[in-house]
Amino acid sequence: MSFAVLLTIKVLAVLGLMIGGALVVIFAELKIGAHMQNRMGPYFAGGRFGWAQPLADGLKFMQKEDLVPDGADERVYKLAPYVVLMGTVGVFVVLPLSPRFVARDLDLGAFYALAISSLTTLGVLMAGWSSNNKYSLIGGLRAAAQLIAYELPLVLAVVAVAIQAGTLSISGIIEAQAVPVFTIGELNVALPYILTGQIIGFAIFFIASIAELSRIPFDMPIAESELTMGFVTEYSSIRFTMFFLAEYAGMLSMSALATAFYLGGYQLPGLSSTAIEVLGPVIFISKVFLLSFVFIWLRWTLPRFREDQLQSLAWRWLIPAALLNIAITATFKVVF
Amino acid sequence: MTAADQGGTVHISDAAVSVELDTPGMTLNIGPQHPSTHGVLRLVARVDGERVSSLEPVIGYMHRGYEKLVEVRNYAQIITLINRIDWTAGYANEVPFVVAVERLTDIEAPERAQYIRVILTEMTRVSAHLLFLSSFPLELGASTPLMYAVRDREYVLELIEGVTGGRFHPNFNRVGGVKPVAGGGSTTKKQSQDLPAGFIAATNAMVERLRGTCITFDDLVSGNEVFLARTKGVGFITAEQVHQYGISGPNARASGVGFDVRKHENYLPYDKFDFVIPTETDGDCYARYAVRLAEIRESLNIIEQAVNDLPGGPLRSKVPRILKVPAGEIYVRGENPKGEMGYYIVSEGGRIPYRVKIRTASYSNLAVLPELMDGALMPDLVAILGSLDFVLGDVDR
Repeated sequence: MSFAVLLTIKVLAVLGLMIGGALVVIFAELKIGAHMQNRMGPYFAGGRFGWAQPLADGLKFMQKEDLVPDGADERVYKLAPYVVLMGTVGVFVVLPLSPRFVARDLDLGAFYALAISSLTTLGVLMAGWSSNNKYSLIGGLRAAAQLIAYELPLVLAVVAVAIQAGTLSISGIIEAQAVPVFTIGELNVALPYILTGQIIGFAIFFIASIAELSRIPFDMPIAESELTMGFVTEYSSIRFTMFFLAEYAGMLSMSALATAFYLGGYQLPGLSSTAIEVLGPVIFISKVFLLSFVFIWLRWTLPRFREDQLQSLAWRWLIPAALLNIAITATFKVVF
Repeated sequence: MTAADQGGTVHISDAAVSVELDTPGMTLNIGPQHPSTHGVLRLVARVDGERVSSLEPVIGYMHRGYEKLVEVRNYAQIITLINRIDWTAGYANEVPFVVAVERLTDIEAPERAQYIRVILTEMTRVSAHLLFLSSFPLELGASTPLMYAVRDREYVLELIEGVTGGRFHPNFNRVGGVKPVAGGGSTTKKQSQDLPAGFIAATNAMVERLRGTCITFDDLVSGNEVFLARTKGVGFITAEQVHQYGISGPNARASGVGFDVRKHENYLPYDKFDFVIPTETDGDCYARYAVRLAEIRESLNIIEQAVNDLPGGPLRSKVPRILKVPAGEIYVRGENPKGEMGYYIVSEGGRIPYRVKIRTASYSNLAVLPELMDGALMPDLVAILGSLDFVLGDVDR
């Protein structure tokens, strides 16, 4: 196959996975949130269970007028949603759904994924700055402050994983979790990193990724009771849809990274490698949705932190804990 | 601003200060259309980044001129009108007014009517506080308590509707008692002049159910770490400020001022029931939340006692067909869910009052807001606004 054809297929697959997955997660949020709150949730659109509600919402947004506020920095304002979306799409490129089902397996995959996902915050800052709205500005600046505070524990948590696996490639990290930890008779038991020493790392990664996605309890950049809608206050139409999509696609990509780093990716203890070839994507996606469910669960349960409380949580607890985690992991790596 | 700018002598210690960049604050106009201002309150905030340095509430967007409107209406018509002052507690608004008119005209409502007034007032208090329990966590970002509180508030509203025919604006009080017919039937038959069938059993069931709701809130909200972090130590109101600003109701009791009109004045027969006035001493947002949650429990106790020893008898005493109030003046206050509500009525004799001054709780409770902004952050502002539990209709009238 020529390069161009292959590239087209890959781009379509990545976009399809991202948009399709995001729609599923949006629907899950609508429905799970509703049931947690004693509501029905959507049930008209699409006929059964209201499955088409996310699509209908998307279509509705697209019909709206694409407003640019007076006095906005038009070019930056229009570019911002693309930057946000790009930062999210970029992560999907390196996610391996099975040993061979990956758009591009980079040697520095973990590094690349974390770096490109920080781009979303740049987009948020652009949106907040260019909207010519004080609420947007505060929201954007909160997002930037949050990025600085939370990128560190996120990266430090992954450093420990990289040390334990001895590689920065995401496939490599997943393969490292297939190495048997111990044997019972004939059976080789391989365990994911969350069970073999990275439980603290997982907790740090998960908390930091909630902050990174700015979801409740860390949704201060949006904080609708304070900032109306934060950095998306002025956006409408397709650009709003992009922010919306990026939020949920981001949830997927963060869950996918956590799955790869801590939950063994497409591996499942007890399955042969041929079975994983076939079942890999199913296992991977199931784990991703499991983590996404936890995101949704937290959102409908907890109130919102205050910006200064979030900062002190990051700098006083998560970063020291992450550093300690690296030290412990490195010690074990050297000793054993 | 450095000492040099102010014209003072420059000290060496100012050098460190003067290298700081001059970052002027900005003026943020919050409202009148803003999700957390509970209606059309406008706040002109001077903010320095997240920090709110000064705040000025601008009210009046909802002024409907009640005090003037009631000067051209007779007493029966006024009851319909004053329902709407604090629309979260429609029934409780009526009570002090009719009691005031009854005292002016020397009519006493029969005991059964007084008990029904107590039951409905307390039900209104429960429903208003449930509304607080729904909106306050929502302001802090938790949307689920809203659904639970609103769902269970429906049980109370259904009972109020069953008795009065209205969920928010019952218009159920009459001078000299309560509306004779509840839930249909003929006015001439004594039997049909009563509460709807099964009311007592339904009320007892509601009381049980709402006690469960209080426990749900203890589990879901009261002990929540994030909720505690957001509300403890935020928005202190001192007991002194309570007296200065005339704060009343749960907001005052959260600051250790255990004043409750129900215990101090006999506008309704509260002395017949066994209940306590919950107070907290911290004076912060959490204390205001805790007081209201405890008040729901106490109100449920009162409702339970009242429905179970509801006396028999007529619902309304003899009142002339055209009510003429003798000349005189009176002030009667009652304990509304939001605090003390009072009516000062001046009558020159006749069917229409000369002047009615309405004292509402929300107005005084909101007035303290600028004082609470000392060093508060934007998110604290929202928490404090939510915890004060005001209604704009009650502020502006």
